Amino acid sequence: MNSPLLKVENLRKYFPIRGGVLQRVVNNVKAVDDVSFDIMAGEVVGLVGESGSGKTTVGRTLLRLEEATEGSVRFDGVDVMGLNHADLRSYRKNMQIIFQDPYASLNPREKVRDILTHPLRLHGIGTASEHDDRAAALLEKVGLSRDHLDRFPHEFSGGQRQRIGIARALAVEPQFIVADEPVSALDVSIQAQVINLLEDLKTDLKLTMLFIAHDLGVVEHICDRVIVMYLGRVMEIASVVDLYSRPNHPYTKALLSAVPIPSPGKRRDRIILKGDIPSPINPPSGCVFRTRCPLATDECAEVVPQLKSVGEGQTSACIHTT
Amino acid sequence: MALEQLGPQKGAPLLEVRNLQTTFDLSKKLSVRAVDGVSFDVHAGETLAIVGESGSGKSVTSLSIMGLLPKGIGRVSAGSIKLHGQEITSRSDAEMREIRGKEIGIIFQEPMTSLNPVHTVGQQIAEMVIRHEKLSHQKARARAIEMLNLVGIPEPTTRVDNYPHEMSGGMRQRAMIAMALACEPRILIADEPTTALDVTIQAQMLELLDDLQRKLGMAIIFITHDLGVVAEVADRVVVMYAAQVVETASVEDIFNNPRMPYTAGLMNSIPRLGSSINKTKLKAIPGTVPALTSLPDGCRFNPRCAFVTDACRAALPPLETATESHQIRCTRWRELSLNERQAS
Repeated sequence: MNSPLLKVENLRKYFPIRGGVLQRVVNNVKAVDDVSFDIMAGEVVGLVGESGSGKTTVGRTLLRLEEATEGSVRFDGVDVMGLNHADLRSYRKNMQIIFQDPYASLNPREKVRDILTHPLRLHGIGTASEHDDRAAALLEKVGLSRDHLDRFPHEFSGGQRQRIGIARALAVEPQFIVADEPVSALDVSIQAQVINLLEDLKTDLKLTMLFIAHDLGVVEHICDRVIVMYLGRVMEIASVVDLYSRPNHPYTKALLSAVPIPSPGKRRDRIILKGDIPSPINPPSGCVFRTRCPLATDECAEVVPQLKSVGEGQTSACIHTT
Repeated sequence: MALEQLGPQKGAPLLEVRNLQTTFDLSKKLSVRAVDGVSFDVHAGETLAIVGESGSGKSVTSLSIMGLLPKGIGRVSAGSIKLHGQEITSRSDAEMREIRGKEIGIIFQEPMTSLNPVHTVGQQIAEMVIRHEKLSHQKARARAIEMLNLVGIPEPTTRVDNYPHEMSGGMRQRAMIAMALACEPRILIADEPTTALDVTIQAQMLELLDDLQRKLGMAIIFITHDLGVVAEVADRVVVMYAAQVVETASVEDIFNNPRMPYTAGLMNSIPRLGSSINKTKLKAIPGTVPALTSLPDGCRFNPRCAFVTDACRAALPPLETATESHQIRCTRWRELSLNERQAS
């Protein structure tokens, strides 16, 4: 097997909580706690979880939009955490991000032309005369046209703005894209258009992508492999087929069974989890899922379960499953 | 087909909405019809889902029923809304306050829209029953505890003295439902009640609402854009597009036998579980929802419709009745066959 394009090991991101007169650190929000995974070139990996699972923080930490508290991220063999400011810029040429909110992520004062050529200028790619053609080609690639170059973001609908956001991410021909909930702010009919676009781009450009989402239907459609997170930790990693047809971890099972099925009368035996997601400030000891887990025993409070192999390319962090 | 079929529709409807038109005056010169000629009935004990994308008018329809349109901007400009046969569109604010809570319970997406942060949850529920049912303070508190217990809040006798901020998000959601149902309203309007929730919490809420409906027998108007949720909760469905109803039918017919191309398009747009084994591409609806200020001529869906003809561009089709429970707004509904998903 080839070496992975991205290798994440023991990643931790704690956000300090300050209190008292001296504003000392009194506690930490453990947003990401000991997360490890690989992404191979050409692979689209889904990162799923509910609010507070840390999935967005993982994405931001990989791009060093947040500085990790601990752990290592290697991209194409390069230690990303050790890069200085100048090297980081050229590194970011290889890694781009698509944001969730197409209303907040585009500068309202810039024309589409400037939004798309900005990254080219920043990274010194091509000449000014080439930029226009490049921007027009990008727009066509995402299903818009050259005529849109001189318009401002407010002249576009949400779906079109998200296409512009995707075109901007593609502008510097990155090797790797983090897509953070790219379709969750869109209406169903528009969401399908953008999913199809991403699927086409995945095939045409052989994109490597970390696809962060909470919608399990969308993730199944677009991803090759899936990482399931809960309260800052990885619960399970598997190929999309294995995860959806034979989920191993009790959390994955509950999560999948909670998804409403758009076919009337097809109600399944649902695993209803009790209670809320605990606070990441004081996560439960041992397995973080144990407070809502139907399989939990006293032992689960003692040890933090490690990811173990439960099948070909499938790992799960539960002491009760095999 | 016998017109007097018995079924879920028997008896006089609890709520009758007829040709409802709600206008928003955006400026002195510019007004838009956010709801344009909407009609439907709600019967006792049933769940009616109103579905649509942003700008379809589904939430404005519910605000019109509740009398909660923004003052000075939105107004019911035509049509009628009857509750137990009584017109409510012309009621005063004070009269509407009596109806809300007592006759119609309301839950919103964000519990803090309904809950007051400076009063305990118990006080807020008690206030509702004191106001509407003239109970004593002691009895009202007992009712509050009973309601908190009913919605599955643990230790209701202590939780009754909690302020909203002392509760978790899921518990607040439950407290809001307890408050909406405290006076046993006949109708509960739920406006995107689970949209902001995680799936595991959403599953808890849907189960709770289902359970409460069985215990209390109220009708639910469920406003949502999530078709998965619709399939789980609804008996009947109203599909809205650009301020109008485009199709109404039983939940089975909407999902298995949609007859308006927009509804069929929505069904094909949803990423369903199982796609990793059965690789198929989503069939997206091209284009975008038109702005209410620049609606196309004829059928409002025609610029995005795969079956469009000149007739569709010429005149707005009326909502036609195919069967007693199935209405369609499409010039070509008789000739089109759209139910290709039925095989699955």
